[in-house]
Amino acid sequence: MKELEYPFDSEWILKKKKSIKRSLLADNRSRIKKKIAVLGGSTTSDVIAALELFLLEAGIEPEFYESEYKQYWQDAVFGNPELDSFAPDLIYIHTTVRNVDFTPTVRMSPEEITAALDERYARLEQMWQALDRFRCPIIQNNFEMPFFRLLGNRDVWDVHGLSNFVNRLNEKLYAYAQSHEGFYINDINWLAGNIGLEKWADTKYWYMFKYAMSLEAIPPLAFQTAAIIRSIFGKNKKCIAVDLDNTMWGGIVGDDGAENLEIGQETGTSQAFYEFQQYVKAHKDLGIILTVCSKNEEENALAGLNHPEGAVRPDDFTIIKANWEPKSINLENTAHELNIMPDAIVFADDNPAEREIVRQQTQCAVPEIGEVTDYIRVLDRSQYFEVTTLSEDDLKRGEMYKANIQRAQAQASFASYTDYLLSLEMTAEIAPFKDVYLARIAQLTNKSNQFNLTTLRCTQEQMTDFAASPDHITQYGKLVDKFGDNGVVSVAVGQRGKHPKTGEECLDIILWLMSCRVLKRDMELAMLDGFVSQAKAAGYTKLIGRYLPTAKNKMVKDFYPDTLGFSAVSASDDGCTVWELDITDYENKNHVIKVN
Amino acid sequence: MTRDQVFDRLEQVFRDVFDDDSIVLYEDTTADDIDDWDSIEHITLIAAVEQEFGMRFSMGEVSGMKDVGEMVTILAQRASK
Repeated sequence: MKELEYPFDSEWILKKKKSIKRSLLADNRSRIKKKIAVLGGSTTSDVIAALELFLLEAGIEPEFYESEYKQYWQDAVFGNPELDSFAPDLIYIHTTVRNVDFTPTVRMSPEEITAALDERYARLEQMWQALDRFRCPIIQNNFEMPFFRLLGNRDVWDVHGLSNFVNRLNEKLYAYAQSHEGFYINDINWLAGNIGLEKWADTKYWYMFKYAMSLEAIPPLAFQTAAIIRSIFGKNKKCIAVDLDNTMWGGIVGDDGAENLEIGQETGTSQAFYEFQQYVKAHKDLGIILTVCSKNEEENALAGLNHPEGAVRPDDFTIIKANWEPKSINLENTAHELNIMPDAIVFADDNPAEREIVRQQTQCAVPEIGEVTDYIRVLDRSQYFEVTTLSEDDLKRGEMYKANIQRAQAQASFASYTDYLLSLEMTAEIAPFKDVYLARIAQLTNKSNQFNLTTLRCTQEQMTDFAASPDHITQYGKLVDKFGDNGVVSVAVGQRGKHPKTGEECLDIILWLMSCRVLKRDMELAMLDGFVSQAKAAGYTKLIGRYLPTAKNKMVKDFYPDTLGFSAVSASDDGCTVWELDITDYENKNHVIKVN
Repeated sequence: MTRDQVFDRLEQVFRDVFDDDSIVLYEDTTADDIDDWDSIEHITLIAAVEQEFGMRFSMGEVSGMKDVGEMVTILAQRASK
């Protein structure tokens, strides 16, 4: 819904929240359900109302627990039956500078103030540690600058200033975030600055209704919070597709010639395009795939991308579609070649007519990017790529996709498919979960839709628990070949269970997924070999596999019988099927990947 | 602005906030007459009215208004748009 995309009209959203929710729920999209506990230090009803709208828009259907007014700390530390039985998938602690609950004065010694700081922080840390019992991600607001400064400009650097106190407290929050997985800071200090403190807080609403923020600041807060949540639950965008003429440079390369484009340091306009190129390029290191979608002769597009004054090079783009096909078709093809869904692409184009067509014909996100001076602001504020995890793999994702395309070209020149697979010189590392890979394992688990048998979503904390549990068998697979390192591409978890018909003990596979970029490489067989060997060592004789259908995982409907050789146990009306494999005389199935 | 003009615009604000096009306002309409008009929706309503009429209620006015008629009286005097 365009009204919920940046830049949105906050007052309109709050006024129309009921009818917006009604129309979002009427669109029949499939959404993942998540239980979110909001623990507030002020009135949170409109925060929740706005958050619900942005989450529904992002494909997440939330159910909320809302703490009583200002009971955030008590709920967390002492618990309460309602919250405990709610069993949240995520906890959001909505506190503000109103909850610092301490104001230094010039009469206090620096030691007294530091002691108060430590005490205040200890209360917060006690709260987060108490919340660990839920084994779920925690989002914690940092503290924004206070509304007034008793010491004026001195307030920020003198230990007697509240601004100084808030900054020191925030530093402690960040240190906790740096050393704890699954703990995320919601940077409301930045947001308050961006909105402006005068607009951020409305003292009248505080005194009358205990709203720590003004009403107009609530939708931006909810939008930013929703961005963190959708990133945690795997709903981030994965790719930026850029138009070229007047998007990546000033001018039309086919008409003006590459040498006459506005890009570089010569004029203000050239600098604006240069900065945008830098901004786009920087996303590569975050694991975002860059592609081009432009109406151009390819030769001209490449000449523009090779402009010596530009920040990007053709090599930065995994796919370059420069032709005269409709852009909607090029974007659909791009999604197909990258094995991602079209709704994971953000399309940046200066031309409003092209944007409108793509918006109508595809599921791509198409921001209203305005003029070149607005491009960065609009993309940045839209928070498509909110970074909640940063894994080693992200740094080289673009290269991995490119190597994939090279592999497809190599495939054409071999007599048999097995010859081709052998020529890839694949080696795999297949083992129970290791700490160093847990961030990637959780990330992959939460974003894989297609090759995913059960679409079970798990937090990193749950993954850690599985790895430590005697009733679970965990396994990841990492694949390297002569074109490059694919990183961790497959994840499986089995749980001690009973055969649904005979009742005998067996290993129930609750999670089995693989990245589509290693399809048809026999990696799934290597994974099964490893899994069976672990299962046998733990004394199991039978595996149970389940397929739970979703809108996106049809490709693995017959995975257990056709690829892995399981036999049928049962099938239900909703399309769920159950399969079994006797592993007493199992023989390894993979013959093309060397497993370490 | 006349009281009638204020009533017309105010009615539309109420309909938007409560998502109910059947709402009709009278001088003596109060929170008891509209199902969803609770303390939380009251905040949304006040903000939406302030935005529509380009004015701000004082704290005393917010807690002092007894019915829609009193709100209309304040708006008729102070609306800036």
